Parts: sequence; structure tokens; C-alpha cells
Amino acid sequence: MSGRPTILARTWSTPVILIALLALLALLAYVVGSNPFNQTIIEIFIRVVLVVGLYVFIGNSGVISFGHIGFTCLGAYMTAWLTMLPAIKKSKLKSLPDIVLNNKLDYGWGLLAATVFAAVAAYVFGKVLMRLSGIAASIATFAMLAVIIQVYSNWDSVTGAQSSVVGIPIVRVVWPYFLCAVLVVLAAYAHSISRSGLALRAARDEATAAAASGVDIPRERLIAFVISGAMMGLGGALFAHSVGVVTPDTFYLGLTFITLSMLVVGGMNSLSGAVLGVVVLSIIIQLLRWLEKGVDVGGSTIALPLGVQEIAIGVVMIVILMYRPTGLTRNKELVWPMKKLSAEGSAAAAADGKTA
Amino acid sequence: MTAVLQVLFDALSLGSLYALGALGIALIFGVMRLVNFAHGDYIAFCVFALLWPSIDAAAIVFLGKLPTILLVPLILMIGAGLSVLSEILVFRRFRNANPATMMIASFALGFVIKYLLLMLYSSRPKSIDLWSDLSRQVEIFGARIPPLQVITIVVTIVILLALTAFLKRTRFGLEMRAAAENFTMARMLGVRANRVIMLAFAVSGMLAAAIGLILVTQTGTVDINMGANLMLVAFVATVIGGLGSLPGAVVAGYLIGAATVIMQVVLPPDARPFRDAFVYGAVIVMLIWRPNGLFSSKATKQRV
Repeated sequence: MSGRPTILARTWSTPVILIALLALLALLAYVVGSNPFNQTIIEIFIRVVLVVGLYVFIGNSGVISFGHIGFTCLGAYMTAWLTMLPAIKKSKLKSLPDIVLNNKLDYGWGLLAATVFAAVAAYVFGKVLMRLSGIAASIATFAMLAVIIQVYSNWDSVTGAQSSVVGIPIVRVVWPYFLCAVLVVLAAYAHSISRSGLALRAARDEATAAAASGVDIPRERLIAFVISGAMMGLGGALFAHSVGVVTPDTFYLGLTFITLSMLVVGGMNSLSGAVLGVVVLSIIIQLLRWLEKGVDVGGSTIALPLGVQEIAIGVVMIVILMYRPTGLTRNKELVWPMKKLSAEGSAAAAADGKTA
Repeated sequence: MTAVLQVLFDALSLGSLYALGALGIALIFGVMRLVNFAHGDYIAFCVFALLWPSIDAAAIVFLGKLPTILLVPLILMIGAGLSVLSEILVFRRFRNANPATMMIASFALGFVIKYLLLMLYSSRPKSIDLWSDLSRQVEIFGARIPPLQVITIVVTIVILLALTAFLKRTRFGLEMRAAAENFTMARMLGVRANRVIMLAFAVSGMLAAAIGLILVTQTGTVDINMGANLMLVAFVATVIGGLGSLPGAVVAGYLIGAATVIMQVVLPPDARPFRDAFVYGAVIVMLIWRPNGLFSSKATKQRV
């Protein structure tokens, strides 16, 4: 072993720090033990899964995708089809295949099926779309989202169209969500230090030079698209099991923009940014919700008027971006120890942190 | 023949709205590479300005009571004002940020405007009677067509002509076109950046206000989300037309309008609910075929 340490040796602390942060949240939920707080932490873990999923594609490739929530929709409906009671399915979703109609699986299988299904869908769409880059790719992914949502909100006999699908088994314990979030962070980290991930980031920063060095850009993009699609599908399935109800509208622009905002506010080119963006914005949203409900101050309740929460979150986002245009983490990863890296290491880190 | 005429008018009037929206987005993209997601909320804001703020179910008409000759310029000014204000307060600070950051900032601004309206007016759609006579159908060559459609088409053509004259014949227009072509170079040659950008925002805001007025007359309702859908289609149209290209945005707006209306007629009844899925499918095909858009401008081409 001579010269430069391996990329694993230089960066292993990032996932450890992030997982420690998630574990802290899980522990907090365990200690507090109240139901609404539990639900809040579950919500944060689901968003971590979704935003890290977005990061795998957007952060590494530099192509903004508006379509990933489509995979979330696919995942959520897949687990709903597999895990609901046959009696409910027979009355509402008549046209499902018989084998699905008559059986009911455990939610673990639902999560797995959702992940695989979303990955397959991402492969099919990605095969066509990954030839595009820049804003054309962004619009094409948005068109993909619109196609998915339009089909799911009109295919009455299979998805229940606009009416909500109820009766999905609800999972109220924190640990499955925690486990999934940890798995997703580890997978995203593994991808980002893999050959494919490095090649993709090289293509993001200098497309021409990377292509000249033999990087097959559409292929590397497709790999990231499938991995991130799978994560989005998993996130959708987790969402379905956390609330027990799905409608196509849930998975449209609102969720798309909230998750994208969390990624950009955190710092879209770093995994730490994805996780921190979720945690920071979720905490602010939760605080504002709490203020909206009213706080006791010296005997009198002070409550913010309805709607102030959303306005405040919008203003907070604008202000953060004004002062930190590259996000809270400035597109850098959290590493331990915080001391200076070796000369080559810091040069590499600086290149890595550069905005696309 | 009459059926064809009916479809033609439907397609042209829908296309006109999309074209106006796409133009508003393309103008701002041209001068500062900003995809303004708050545009749809400008539309909603202008429409809500017709009403007095209240959270009651019944609408209290306020500005809407003014005579047409005062009302139209006033609403246009409100649109322009809101748009310029957002430039001064928000977007000016993002001049050097990357496009993703600007986009999220514009989305956040739209969010703020939307919830401000929600707080002042509640989320329930309200009905308002503005020039409803225009929606009563009249017979033209055997086809039953509301005069509003004709007015929409004519107004759009007038706006397009006026804008073309403005861009081609005046000094401001020249500066704006120069800035859209190459912003840095234009500044070096003495074009004042702030003035050009503010002008672009003002025109874009006026276009949003015009769309708002047409939409509210068409539907007779005021709704928080009324601009959102149109903004999305307009956004898609600007990309299909070639980002930064104004004629491209207009042509693509009309194309999408025509595609939507024609699919509604041509598709078998079973497939009609999926119409929008087909339209967006066509968008994907179009992008694969022409990734840089129909009229790609030089500024969007990548240089090595």
C-alpha cells in the first residue's frame, strides 16, 4: 500500500455519520414513545428514502428529474395490491389478476415487490430517456410522471381511479422505516464510490472530457436511474404502509417539489446534503406545525393563523438558498475527522464539491 | 364542415392560452436562464385581485366591478407589478446561482404566493360573473361558438403582433433580444442588465394577467390552482419550442393545444380519459426526436 489511500478509506465516515444521525432520531422516537411523535419520525425516514433516491440520480448525474415521484406512485400501488385483504380488493379493484385478488402477502414482500417493480419501470423508461440531457431530460421525466399519474388516476378497475385506496395494512413501529433508510443510505454511498458512480460524476462536471476518457454517459445514467427508481419505489411502499391510504394525487407535484426542495436546500451534489436537507426542513416544518396548533405562554395560547406554516417554509427556503446557493452542506460530504485531508485528497474533494 | 370548424376554434383558443403562457416563461428564461415556476401563481393572484379578501364561500367582487376600460389595464398592471416585485425581492439575488437553485427558489416563491391567497381567500373555489355574456354561443357558419373563443384568438394575435413590434422596432426590444442572445456580451456593449430583466418580468407578468382574465371569463370560477396546470403545459411548450426561442414557444403552445383537442375527438371513447397521458407521451417522442426543440437558439447549444 503506497501513495494515496483508497476512496473507501477516505470517505467511509460519511455514511457512518449519517446513519448515526438517523439512529439518534430513531432513539428519540423510542425514548419519547408518543404516537404522533413516532409518526413524525416515520415521516422523516420515508423522506430520507425518497430524497436519497433522488440524490442517486440527480446529484450524481446533474440532470434534474421531475419524474421520480412517478416511481413512488408505482411502488405504493404495488404494495397496496399485494398486501390488502382479498375481500376489499374484490369489491374495489376488480380487474386485478386472480392470483393477486385471492392472496395477501406480508408487508415485507410488498416492499420488496414495490422496489423491484419500480426498478423495472425505471429501466424501461430510462432506456428511452437517458439519451437526453439538460433541460430536455428534465421535461421528459416530467412528461413520464404525467403519463404515470394520468394512467393511475383514470384506470378505474385496477387503481380505483381518483378515489383513495383504503385498507392497506398500517405499520406503526419505527424500526422497519429506520432499517430501510439505513439501507438506502448505504446503497447510495456504495453507488457513489463505485466505478459507475465516479464515472457519472465525472460526466456531470466535464461531460466532454469524460466521454473522451471512455465514459459511456447514457449507460452510467441508466444505472443510476434504475437504482434511484428502486429507492423511490421502496419509499412509496413505505409511505403506503405508514398511512394506509393511497391516491394518485398524493404522488404528483406537491411531493415532487417538496422532495426536490429538500435535496437542493441540503446541497444536491452530496449524500450528506440529501439527508441533512430532509432532517433540517422536516424539523422546521414540525416546529411551525406545532406553533400553528398553539403554544401556552403564561396561561394564554398563542397560535399562528392557518397557512402561515407554508408561507414561512417558503420564505425560509428562499433565505437559505440566498445565502447558501449550493445548499446547507455547500455540496460537500460530512467526514470524520474534520482535519485536513492529504494534498491529493483535498484536491479531489474540492473537485467533487464543485457545482455542476 | 361545421364539426371541423368547431374543432379548429377549440384548438386555436386553447392553443392561444398555452402560447401566451409559454411566451411568459420563455421571455424570462431568455434573459436570465430562470425557469419561473411561480408563473402559474401570478395568474391566480391576478384573478384573485378581482375579489375582496374574505374567507366566506360567496365571492365579494371588488375590482371586478370596475368598467372594462379601467379593469383590464389595472389587472395587467397588477400582474406586471407582482412580477417585477418578485424580481427585485427574490430573483435579483440569484443571478449567479445555478439553474436548479433558481428553479427551487421560484417554486418556493410560488408556494408563498399560493398560501398567501389561501390565507386571504380560503381554498374553496368561488364563482364570479365576469363578462359571462361572452360565453353564450353564437352561430358562425353553422358551428356554435362562444364569442369568447373568437376574442381569445384575436386578443392573442394582437398581443403577439404588438410584442413582435416591440421586440423588433424599439430600443428596449433590441436590448432584450440582445440580452437573450448573449447576456454577458450585451452588458459589455452597454445594455443595462437590471432594466432589461425588469422589463422582461413586467411583460411576463402582464401576459400572466391576460391569461388570468381569459380563464376567469371562460370558467366563471376563481380557484387557487387555476394557473398551475396551464403553467405546466406552457413550461413543456417552451422546451419543445426550443428554450429561449420566443417564436418556438408560441408555435409549440399552439401545437400542444391542437394535439389536446384533436386527441379528444379522435381517440376511442374508452381511451378518452387517458387523453393527457397520450399528449405527454407525444411530448416524450417529440423530445427524443428533437432534444433541442423545434427552434433551438444558439445560446442553448453546448460549446466545448
